[in-house]
Amino acid sequence: MQNYRSIKTPLTDELCASLHAGDMILLSGEVFTARDAAHRRLEETLRRGEALPFDVRGAVIFYAGPAPARPGRIIGSIGPTTSYRMDPFAPLLMEQGLKGMIGKGKRSPEVVAAMKRYRAVYFGAIGGIAALTARCVRNAETVAYADLGPEAILRLELVDLPVVVVNDVEGRDLYEEARKHGSVQNHNGQAAAND
Amino acid sequence: MSPIREIDSKIITATVKRLFVEANTCLGADVLAALQISLDREESALGRQVLARMLENAAVAKEESSPICQDTGLAVLFVELGQDVHVAGDLLNAAIEEGVRQAYDEGYFRKSVCDPLTRANTGDNTPAVIHVEITAGDRIRLAVMPKGGGSENMSSVTMLLPTAGREGIRRHIVEAVLKAGPNPCHPVIVGVGIGGSIEESLLLAKKALLRPVGQKNSRDERLADLEQIILADVNRLGGSVSAMAVHVEMKPCHIASLPVAVNIQCHVARHGEAII
Repeated sequence: MQNYRSIKTPLTDELCASLHAGDMILLSGEVFTARDAAHRRLEETLRRGEALPFDVRGAVIFYAGPAPARPGRIIGSIGPTTSYRMDPFAPLLMEQGLKGMIGKGKRSPEVVAAMKRYRAVYFGAIGGIAALTARCVRNAETVAYADLGPEAILRLELVDLPVVVVNDVEGRDLYEEARKHGSVQNHNGQAAAND
Repeated sequence: MSPIREIDSKIITATVKRLFVEANTCLGADVLAALQISLDREESALGRQVLARMLENAAVAKEESSPICQDTGLAVLFVELGQDVHVAGDLLNAAIEEGVRQAYDEGYFRKSVCDPLTRANTGDNTPAVIHVEITAGDRIRLAVMPKGGGSENMSSVTMLLPTAGREGIRRHIVEAVLKAGPNPCHPVIVGVGIGGSIEESLLLAKKALLRPVGQKNSRDERLADLEQIILADVNRLGGSVSAMAVHVEMKPCHIASLPVAVNIQCHVARHGEAII
């Protein structure tokens, strides 16, 4: 696709520093799904001084809970959930080495500041196109919290998931910039990056 | 006296199952047309690309019988039960719950219902949210709406001052939609309920979302005007196609009150209905 840059996880400091709010990205490689209930458990695990169920250093978390896979399929429909609900947990995970998050919607000033401090980035994906997004998933396996059903942590192998950089390591915020320029706030921020 | 018509609860179960499977996998013609209109109006190249992907996604979901969105929602139903009907077999609500269970299991839909405190998933997407109204006649009308959580979270009910007037109501609704910002999946449909009691205003807002997308209020011209004005405001202030439609319903309220409920619906506006 035109104007898209391809990157692969895990993310390094250098790679994160090269990503800027508004950049259109095709993201490939390993990511981990985690949403509300899983985040609470991850936090509790860290508070107890125990190890997380996956290596979070350089990792990307996809705020998503997919539909179950039909027999013979890799995964069911999948797409981003609204990210602000994970705001209370994100700085702690960045402190542990988390470098990227994929979701939709705005992040809190605390999370934006933590991204600057820990050199991490937040990507926006298009919501409500979950049958298409499932085609970017080439492998899926449960890593932890199977009892949470759709909220379990999965390791996904992605190929070319289209996302936009919403918040970068310099503290820039695509939505804020779009709002200040009288531009748009729609399409989950995808179009906020408009031309 | 009208004769009583007997309806087997199994027919209700089968109908509910069919409606939820269809709603979650086949986007309605009204929504497809509204997305196409948005696409035609969108000026930015990227915005057009996103809307085109939404239409492509709907086609893929239908072809694969896959959920259009991974969030297949809470199962919300509005039931109009003719008072000359006798439901034979299971209780009406139990028959509906069984239809929901079968749809979400056999459709490979996400089960998105949990205990509020433990957050333990109920495992079958029940209980459903069932609103029953007794009507005339010997038929049952079932309207279903799988309602996603992200847009529901951006919804609200507010008790405005009774003196706020039409202008106060307009401003409140526009602010509520803009405050939701990029969190719900745009372009949205805005369901509005004005008046009634606090819970009735919310029911009006939700019922407003059952209307075919973009169909104006046909009973009250004042509301049809308000719908137009709010839609224009939202799209002027929030971006050219922040919203596809605004649907407003209204009922009389207490002299001391002015409840206004705003129920946001994402672009995957799933709804379906059948008459038994």
